[in-house]
Amino acid sequence: MSNWIPLWLHKLSSPPTFYRFAGALRPWALALAVVFGAIGLYGGLVLAPADYQQGDAYRIIFIHVPSAWMSMFIYAVMGVSAFVALVWRIKLAEVVAMQSAPIGAAFTFITLVTGSLWGKPMWGTWWTWDARLTSELVLLFLYLGVIGLYQAFEDRRQGARAASFLAIIGIINVPIVHFSVNWWNTLHQGSTVNIFGHSKMSWDMLWPLLAMTLATKFYYAASLFLRAQTDLLSMESGKDWVRKIAASESDR
Amino acid sequence: MSAVQSFFAMGGYASYVWPAYAVFFIVLIADSIAPRLRRRRELRELRARLARQSARAAGNTGSSFPTPPTT
Repeated sequence: MSNWIPLWLHKLSSPPTFYRFAGALRPWALALAVVFGAIGLYGGLVLAPADYQQGDAYRIIFIHVPSAWMSMFIYAVMGVSAFVALVWRIKLAEVVAMQSAPIGAAFTFITLVTGSLWGKPMWGTWWTWDARLTSELVLLFLYLGVIGLYQAFEDRRQGARAASFLAIIGIINVPIVHFSVNWWNTLHQGSTVNIFGHSKMSWDMLWPLLAMTLATKFYYAASLFLRAQTDLLSMESGKDWVRKIAASESDR
Repeated sequence: MSAVQSFFAMGGYASYVWPAYAVFFIVLIADSIAPRLRRRRELRELRARLARQSARAAGNTGSSFPTPPTT
């Protein structure tokens, strides 16, 4: 192991330490997700005015866009941890990469379905094979491919390595999804929210969207922590620290 | 139309907006339940395995049948 990696990171990547760390942070992440979600939904569904062109149908944006951002964000996290897992063979990086995949697939699925429900009244079609929609569908297939490849191996660490490889190759699709609205003619609207510049959106509509974005980020953290904890329990089931947890929870 | 009714009507787009929100919540709730079920199953299996091991260690070798899990 390289010596430039700080010591605390070494310690954190040990399964029992990460198990406790994740267990301590998870309730906070979930609570923040619920609080920001409630604020964002109230702001988006009740306080924000109707759009002058799209009426109330645009309110799908408050779940569609945060989910779409999460579908790409989670893929990036998965790709980076897959890279770390392949290069340094860190068990925890494998766990983070493989446990991120189902959450990312869930958000991608939400993006496609809510987008379809938004497209029908606005574009007159549930689906069209344009660049943005197609590349997002490819993203879903990449997630499913990573999950499937991981499950296909008898030895889970071998499976994680194969699936990590696929995850890294697939990361090329993330910028394609993001820039597809600029590179190709598409029915899908361009980006209205810009982190570094001026957002083409009224503040009344923007703040609920940002609140929902935070909510989905915290939800991902909470879900990832629980999935990683569970996976570590099963991966280390012969170890002493797991036996203690199994024994202490036997009364439930 | 009351404020509550017009809220649920969503300006005539209720049949698109509400299913979208329903999908969002159903998928995320399913996503949060799945690892809880898996965790319970893993711990149950582990406890059963530990019980079998301790039964064998206690000299329960008279029978070749595995001891049934205690839970």
